[in-house]
Amino acid sequence: MKLRGAVHKYGAHINTDVIIPARHLSLSEGADLARHCMEDIDAGFVKRVKQGDIMVAAANFGCGSSREHAPLAIKASGISCIIAESYARIFFRNGINIGLPLLESPEAVHGTKNGDVLEVVLETGEIKNLTSGKTYRAAPYPPFLLDIISAGGLVEYTKRRLEKAK
Amino acid sequence: MNLGEKILAAHSGKTKVSAGEFIDVRVDMVLANDITAPLAIQEFGKLGVNKVFDPSRVVMVPDHFCPNKDILAAEQAKLMREFARKHGILYFEVGRMGIEHVLLPENGMVLPGEVIVGADSHTCTYGAVGAFATGMGSTDIAMAMATGEIWMKVPPAVKFVYRGKLKKWVGGKDLILFTIGQIGVEGAHYSSMEFAGEAVDLLGMDGRFTMANMAIEAGGKAGLFAVDARTIEYVKPRAKRSYRIYKSDKNATYARTFEWDISKLEPQVALPHLPSNVRPVSQVKNVEVDQVVIGSCTNGRLDDLRVAAKLLKGRQVNPRVRCIVIPGSQQVYMQAMREGLLGIFVQAGVAVSTPTCGPCLGGHMGILAAGERCCSTTNRNFVGRMGSTKSEVFLAGPAVAAATAVVGRITSPLEIAR
Ligand code: SF4
Repeated sequence: MKLRGAVHKYGAHINTDVIIPARHLSLSEGADLARHCMEDIDAGFVKRVKQGDIMVAAANFGCGSSREHAPLAIKASGISCIIAESYARIFFRNGINIGLPLLESPEAVHGTKNGDVLEVVLETGEIKNLTSGKTYRAAPYPPFLLDIISAGGLVEYTKRRLEKAK
Repeated sequence: MNLGEKILAAHSGKTKVSAGEFIDVRVDMVLANDITAPLAIQEFGKLGVNKVFDPSRVVMVPDHFCPNKDILAAEQAKLMREFARKHGILYFEVGRMGIEHVLLPENGMVLPGEVIVGADSHTCTYGAVGAFATGMGSTDIAMAMATGEIWMKVPPAVKFVYRGKLKKWVGGKDLILFTIGQIGVEGAHYSSMEFAGEAVDLLGMDGRFTMANMAIEAGGKAGLFAVDARTIEYVKPRAKRSYRIYKSDKNATYARTFEWDISKLEPQVALPHLPSNVRPVSQVKNVEVDQVVIGSCTNGRLDDLRVAAKLLKGRQVNPRVRCIVIPGSQQVYMQAMREGLLGIFVQAGVAVSTPTCGPCLGGHMGILAAGERCCSTTNRNFVGRMGSTKSEVFLAGPAVAAATAVVGRITSPLEIAR
């Protein structure tokens, strides 16, 4: 699958409290959450973001609380994938589980500026910066995670397993 | 194998596991709260199963926005309550509840050698009783509720050895803040942290809960303590099922080992806006505060309230300060009442709350306005965590928090007491 979009770039240790502040955790629909996405760190994000855009961030993205509302809000805001130097582990699980592609590529993060347009091929992990013409690679997913991703997320994956067990 | 690997091997039907391996793990207890359960219930519904794997091993706790802070929170709590009733799972109602991570150990629902998963990042707290416990998202927890199993990647282990004895007014919170200050907020990324050494051997269970609780603030997957006489003394009268004790092998492998002499360690404070932004309290000068919060799953236990009461006894909260004490559970509340701690607080001018997460995550019961500062015994000081994005949170242990409430600026307890 090929994704293409403009970059919204952030720094290190972006925590789930700023991605979706707790005052909005009484909401659970993606569209409702998306209206407040990144509100405490980048109040203009919701207005700027366009369908298919790509979020790029430094290390430890999604640290802090386990709220799945965070990747849900990002996904529903239109972001097609995230590229970061590294992820906090609960956020990583949550992203994979709900079908939000997360790529790890420090070199792509370093080589990307806010507003650049990227093209990402999920299967190969190839990241092309169409603005600068440079190409980068993301770490491949381990086979176990690919199974979950290709099933379309953890719910589908588990459903199949439950059916097999019957 | 190290302690984490032993527990995970035993729960995945293997004789040996090692770091990096993907395994399916059998879980002993699955947890969700009023914020994460609604999403989990929704995902559970998509599976097409009509019951949870074992109602006696699934627990839901209304603690974050409860007692209901507004209509939306009330709807979420109701959804969770109805699901809990329908499936006959464990549930603690307001008036009988506590903050999940205080409540579960107290009720013997998390035991040594077990694997616990919770839709809450501070599930790692139960490492204090020697359980491999870790936080996950709602979808993961929904799958665990249905199947009693969850996938995990075996984490590498990092060992922390604390040599020497702690000084007076220095406790578990200071040790863990110091540790996070040293290694950073991703210093133990994806690892299981093992705490050892004389200082933690001497630490009471409440101090160990505080340390294991904040493993996540160093990026850890779990924060583990070896089971000793103190653990057994705590667990034995509470446990309602049998448990097994595992020990790290002598030749266990650790990705890294840190060793510190902590005999001169001062109380520690984490400045805004990261838990790793840590200084000894003597270096935090002229920071006036508007609010002090003593509570949360980090420091809302009896030992924490005892320390705070010692410092507040016969003193008054500074007129400029609002001090809020939140016992972590009904049991803590009741015992604090028996010991006269609640009376000491109220006399000192403290607002004492019913158990709730409340202000810890900026929910209710003490939200900060723009420009306000709070000294808090909670675990996160991110931008906007406790209210306005222009407010500031300073993390500390109960001794510094109580002394700060009296003086009105961030203070070493030694400034007001011996
Ligand atoms: S007290 Fe704070 S950190 Fe602990 S579970 Fe509640 S909100 Fe989370």
